[in-house]
Amino acid sequence: MDWLTEFPSLGKRDLRDLKKGIDGSFREWSRSNGDAIEAFFDPLYFFLVWLEKLLIATPWPIILALVAGFAYLGSRSWKLALGSVISFMLIGYFGMWKDMMATISLISVSTLICIAVGIPIGILMSRYDRIQSAITPILDLMQTIPIFVYLLPVVMLLGIGRVPGLIAVCVYALPPIIRLTNLGIRLVDKEILEAADAFGSSYRQKLFSVQIPLALPNIFAGVNQTIMMALAMVVIASMIGVKGLGMPVLQAVQNQYLTLGLMNGLAIVALAIIFDRVSQRYGQRLQAHRYGKEHE
Amino acid sequence: MEKNMSKPKLKIKNLYKIFGPKGRTFIESVKNGISKQELLDNHGHVLGLNDITLDIPEQRIQVIMGLSGSGKSTLIRHINRLIEPTAGEITVDDEDVLSMSQVQLREFRRKKTSMVFQKFALLPHKTVAQNVAYGLTIQGEQEGVAKEKSHKWIESVGLSGFEERYPSQLSGGMQQRVGLARALATDAPILLMDEAFSALDPLIRTDMQNILLDLQKDLHKTIVFITHDLDEALRIGDNIAILRDGKIIQKGNPQEIIMKPADDYISDFIKDINRGKVIEVKSIMQKGTSKGAPLDSSSSLEDALKILNNEKNNECSVVDDKGKKIGKVTLDAAISALFREKSLKKSEKYK
Repeated sequence: MDWLTEFPSLGKRDLRDLKKGIDGSFREWSRSNGDAIEAFFDPLYFFLVWLEKLLIATPWPIILALVAGFAYLGSRSWKLALGSVISFMLIGYFGMWKDMMATISLISVSTLICIAVGIPIGILMSRYDRIQSAITPILDLMQTIPIFVYLLPVVMLLGIGRVPGLIAVCVYALPPIIRLTNLGIRLVDKEILEAADAFGSSYRQKLFSVQIPLALPNIFAGVNQTIMMALAMVVIASMIGVKGLGMPVLQAVQNQYLTLGLMNGLAIVALAIIFDRVSQRYGQRLQAHRYGKEHE
Repeated sequence: MEKNMSKPKLKIKNLYKIFGPKGRTFIESVKNGISKQELLDNHGHVLGLNDITLDIPEQRIQVIMGLSGSGKSTLIRHINRLIEPTAGEITVDDEDVLSMSQVQLREFRRKKTSMVFQKFALLPHKTVAQNVAYGLTIQGEQEGVAKEKSHKWIESVGLSGFEERYPSQLSGGMQQRVGLARALATDAPILLMDEAFSALDPLIRTDMQNILLDLQKDLHKTIVFITHDLDEALRIGDNIAILRDGKIIQKGNPQEIIMKPADDYISDFIKDINRGKVIEVKSIMQKGTSKGAPLDSSSSLEDALKILNNEKNNECSVVDDKGKKIGKVTLDAAISALFREKSLKKSEKYK
């Protein structure tokens, strides 16, 4: 009665050969194509390094002024702008300024990539049901697959460093903006679309003058989520050599440096809160017409 | 009556619409008389329009009336092909609408038709001025020109000063004025109005009807007006078509509908109207002449009754709008027109 308690499975040897075979061929493939793929991502690498160096080289008063400016322009709230500046000053005072700049450059670049890739995909999904049903499971996969599982092939292909880290962050942070762009466009009032059709709008006119503007609050919620998820990846990305606030946290975990971990961890939280509040307020202001307020 | 006989601008011929994945396969059974209920119960398809044939005259207001579910909104959406028919023909100025390519159709929608919607369907993120100019900007009109043109229409619907407001800042009546101005701004000869005033409260609705009738005096558009409200239909329609279960059960001018309802359904429909106000003298005019005071052929029974009663032998002559005598009318005829046989019977029954 062994066959009842023992699940019928591939033999141990067969299984080992299978794994070995796939591993071997992937390794071979990555060896022969690794350079080409690396070269493909070179512009990204240079941009990332350039932005990081720029941020670090910029005198800190200018950075603080920029932070205050962005926070105020985004949220129209003096309190939030002041809070952001104080947080930045505290983080810098405790010696984390450079790491913070590295993290900010990573977050900015990955958010930009996610927007550039995610919004067009979301638009395509909203237009064609087939594309939606093909991409939705991929997004589910991207959001649920354990991060380390896809970190491995990325590292095998591109080695350790900023670019594989960036890719890992983007894989994780991309789904919300795609989903919310798709959802936002699909939620636009059918009657308004019918009116646009009745006046002879082309698909392009409808997309840019009706669908995207009306979907903006949702799209912006997607941007906000993408930023948050990118920040959440900072520590894991440091495992494959991404510099920034995540690196000291990783060291702290490995060496039981309680204070170091806490300080850098809190710095990440502070950044997250600032990004979240500012982008949320900005998203709310995009819907001003819904509350019957005058536009500025 | 003869003034309603101008040449048709818009011809609808044997139009069918069956909603459902395999609508086309049921055309024959519908032609052979399968009922809406049978089609739904046995085949899961919904009969939207059933053999609609209607000539819509140029520069007149054609009302299409029916209760909800009668297919009137479906019908109006076929004219600019927001809904594709299952079978049939639609021509505008002898041009076949159904054979147009997507590009031609877009051009047709931009230049030939415009539409006003029951729930306004304004663009919430654009100002009143931008909304009114929408059709023009879609056509690629320069911003300055579009603004100038739309300003004229904003003025004509009485919304000057509200150009920079957003739709959500306006009341329902004002929003629909924006909708009307937006539709008029493209100068399209055909105006499609889908229950345009139904969402407004009665006083505002009358206001909007007046605005429309006033504008129509100058504009002479071919208007297709959908409504479920009989008073509205009688008030603004030059012609009325009554729809039930996707089929036209009567078409004619308001007088014909009231004086000769085609069936019980329509009799039931018109039983509550104020006949004295709606029926015109010309509908009860007889041949011959009378020495009585002249009555205008389009004056209402209510007005005529007073005059007839004052006449010695209760008779008046009827004159057309140029003052020419065209017949006579008697008090007896006027009184009997106020009552319909059926309603008399009913009231006796209830005694």
